[in-house]
Amino acid sequence: MTKTCTFTLDGKTIPFEEGETIMEAASAAGVYIPHLCHHPEFKPHGSCKLCTVNIGGRLGAACTNRAADGMKVESETEALNADRRALTQMLFVEGNHICPSCEKSGNCQLQAVAYHLGMMTPHFTHFYPARDIDASHPDVLIERNRCILCELCVRASRDVDGKNVFGIGGRGIKSRLIVNSASGRLADTNMSVTDRAAEVCPTGAILRKRHGFTVPIGKRLYDHQSIAEVPVAGMKEPRRD
Amino acid sequence: MTEQPITIEPKKLRVATCSLAGCFGCHMSLLDIDEKLFDLLKVVEFDRSPITDIKHCGPCDIGIVEGGVCNAENVHVLKEFRKNCKVLVAMGACAITGGVPALRNNVDLWDCYQEVYHYGIGLENGQIPNDPELPLPFDRVHPINEVVRIDYFLPGCPPSADAIWKFLTDLAAGREPKLDYDMVHYD
Repeated sequence: MTKTCTFTLDGKTIPFEEGETIMEAASAAGVYIPHLCHHPEFKPHGSCKLCTVNIGGRLGAACTNRAADGMKVESETEALNADRRALTQMLFVEGNHICPSCEKSGNCQLQAVAYHLGMMTPHFTHFYPARDIDASHPDVLIERNRCILCELCVRASRDVDGKNVFGIGGRGIKSRLIVNSASGRLADTNMSVTDRAAEVCPTGAILRKRHGFTVPIGKRLYDHQSIAEVPVAGMKEPRRD
Repeated sequence: MTEQPITIEPKKLRVATCSLAGCFGCHMSLLDIDEKLFDLLKVVEFDRSPITDIKHCGPCDIGIVEGGVCNAENVHVLKEFRKNCKVLVAMGACAITGGVPALRNNVDLWDCYQEVYHYGIGLENGQIPNDPELPLPFDRVHPINEVVRIDYFLPGCPPSADAIWKFLTDLAAGREPKLDYDMVHYD
């Protein structure tokens, strides 16, 4: 089916189908809008706010706002990218993101978005929060120091795996990734290493054990290519529901 | 009176470097610019640095600090650098975020010492050093921008020799340092 409706994104005409979000239409047209909690396979979450765009003078998340015929959207402006950079910096200081010691480094979307936005320093005062690790599961590790609360694992486990293993507990700065078992341990759930939830984490918070550092520096996903140039798996097939 | 021809030697930039709570990896990377060090020495001269072994920093154009702040001596050195350097650069992950040393930030300092000096593998009759000459350790490691104002940040663990070269030559030429995508990494 050809798309008949269009809107403009930074002056470029983007075709879309009725019901598509700005993010979906932009991705399908090959235009990158920075994001972390969005994934084309899952329902929008709208929490990371990195994809905030200017929609006809009003700011809104590109992943939750539907495209409308003739609307004017701005994304690559200096002001929006400065906001995105500040949001990313806050994500870095809120957790313990020590890239040199992280298995996900080089393949991490948080790091890659920071590179894309030209973040040279986290700038803000580091929180160094005390967070724990759950290594109870034989094949999957939870490293809460690196969790950015995007809820992609929550959505993947609930909507794809049908297991509902993860959730977010607590409020505000005390929010944390929790596991749906009486003991709170991942080992006491039916989580399997082949679950979608085991591989969807954009950072190094959920990792498959015994797979760390298998790809050498220089050959990792974002070593030479910006996240804007690397298509996220599944991005060509926008969500249909 | 005959007029003497005036020749002006271009003034070399004076550069100081130091390593605080770091592993000297960034300094190794600085040395890794290899033969271009000779080109660098045409435009800069080193003040306090592990390369010169000068113990205190005098007035400088550029100060480069590797490592975060983990003890009282680090703070004294850092403040000396800020006081003397027109431009202060945080080089490497530790100076910018605390880095790997900051992994201890949620471990009690006493537990840390016990682990290192008493319970470490292969240790016998270990004792925790308590010489008054030793600098007072902090309970947490901090990035240097939490102690003094920093003008530029050069990330990497370590930053590559190419990144350091590009960064320094941009600064020496009076340009705003600008690194290519490949040259910026946090690990």
